[in-house]
Amino acid sequence: MRAVKETAVERALLLSTIVSGSITLIIFGFMLFMALPLLGGGKIFQIFVGSWSPGDGSYGILPMTVGTLAISFLSVTISFPMSIGCSSFIGVLGPKRSGRYLKRIVQMMTGIPTVIYGFVGIFLLVPIVRGLASGGSGMSVITAALMLSVLISPTMVLFFNDSFERVPASYLDAADGLGASNVQKLVYVVLPNAKKGIIIGLILAFGRALGDTLVALMIAGNSTQIPGSVFDSARALTAHIALVIAADYESLEFKSIFACGMVLYLFATAIVIGVRYFAFTDRETR
Amino acid sequence: MKRTCTLFLLVVLCLVFSGLSLSFAEPLDAFKGEKGTVKISGGTAHIPVMKETARLIMTANPDIRITIAGGGSGVGIKQVGEGLVDIGNTGRKPTDDEIKRYNLKLFMWAVDGVALIVNPKNKVRSLSKAQAADIFSGKIDNWKALGGEDRKINLYTRDEASGTREVFWEKALGKGNIAKSANVVVSNGAMKSAISQDPYAIGYVSVGHIDKTVVPVAFDGVEPTIATVKSGKYAVSRGLYSNTKGDPAPLTKKFLDLLFTGEGQKIVTANGFIAVK
Repeated sequence: MRAVKETAVERALLLSTIVSGSITLIIFGFMLFMALPLLGGGKIFQIFVGSWSPGDGSYGILPMTVGTLAISFLSVTISFPMSIGCSSFIGVLGPKRSGRYLKRIVQMMTGIPTVIYGFVGIFLLVPIVRGLASGGSGMSVITAALMLSVLISPTMVLFFNDSFERVPASYLDAADGLGASNVQKLVYVVLPNAKKGIIIGLILAFGRALGDTLVALMIAGNSTQIPGSVFDSARALTAHIALVIAADYESLEFKSIFACGMVLYLFATAIVIGVRYFAFTDRETR
Repeated sequence: MKRTCTLFLLVVLCLVFSGLSLSFAEPLDAFKGEKGTVKISGGTAHIPVMKETARLIMTANPDIRITIAGGGSGVGIKQVGEGLVDIGNTGRKPTDDEIKRYNLKLFMWAVDGVALIVNPKNKVRSLSKAQAADIFSGKIDNWKALGGEDRKINLYTRDEASGTREVFWEKALGKGNIAKSANVVVSNGAMKSAISQDPYAIGYVSVGHIDKTVVPVAFDGVEPTIATVKSGKYAVSRGLYSNTKGDPAPLTKKFLDLLFTGEGQKIVTANGFIAVK
């Protein structure tokens, strides 16, 4: 009797696992299916490496892929040193009290809707960037990257901070016993031990930058060229989907958003694999 | 004495208000006893007129709810075709294919022009058709060539689903290329705020949207004003359409009818468009 019950539960759980697991695959299949009219006819290569000019029948999404990568890489590059510094202050260097307050503020930052960042970007950051780069409109890769770096830094700070706190207290006590200063403790004990958490936080923040739509849509300029410099206007994949979704359902423009979705999906998969890889290898070496 | 004064004032106020309600009463009578919702989406140029008309109806009859969303002409057609909304607005005539596919009924209640606009700090006030085409194709990329400052021209255009873009592209640029470096914004309002912030920008909006924050540019020697659009002298113009899937439902029909009454057309004119009646 018991065995029957157990197998029944097991089966039910297996079924739900299969369902939820297959949904992600079904979504990918759906995007592939919807993008087929665009991918067929030997144009599959053209879609991913071509340029975007619907007037000439070219629906390539390379400019948007480049735009997305440029904006997210740049924002992570800007945000990473800030976040490491911030979480070091919260966790190790700063006085306990102010560290606690700072952490509260960072936690609050995670709750701010991205559209607010977009607005602040339009009215504060865009004019500044326009003044810096003569001859630009101010809506550019760097503008979006700067704003995004503010947006993703709480993710990093909180993740880094958690991994700092997981460093065994005995290690810190040992360092104290050897007469290490706070900075020495951070550089020689905390950072090396928190390496795993830092890398995972970095990858997750990169994923957040990659998937963000509104900031890029509002302040990156949305032009369909491949950005030649950080002061050029560019369009992210997500922004492209938001812009084209209003087009005629039957048009090839509309189909291109499924190709964008596929590229974003692949990026997300790469991110998950990356996180898994680091989390796993670390456990093994220990 | 004081009391008579107050009384007099009250009477005057009463007269004024009853007069006001009288002037509105006639076309709004149709909505008496009606109940239900009208959902509207689509072209962003239509929104001010839609809002004001909806406000009139909803104040007269609180049982009616009218929701208005933007999204652009493409969204309007798509949503009305799918039955998601009752009225889908477009800033262009729906294509024959779209009309056939969704069995659309068209209601054109105003005419509008699409005007080139620049920042008020910009000295350029007039462009020829050839110049406009060269600017948007990227051939002319400095204001100096047009008598302005020695600065790069920042192009602004609209997204693929915009009716404003379609009309501008067809009638002002002669279906010419728009440079890939052009920034893309998603509504008439966003275009206006982008241009008003950027002294070296050029873009285009519906004539009804022009206000003090931006300056219209004469196109081929013709100022884009209501008078020139009306007379047909200003060539870059279009009809503003409200579309329904098949014949409109009774309440939707009444809403559309109101747009064609004197009251509705007054709202149309007040918002900078040209009345059709």
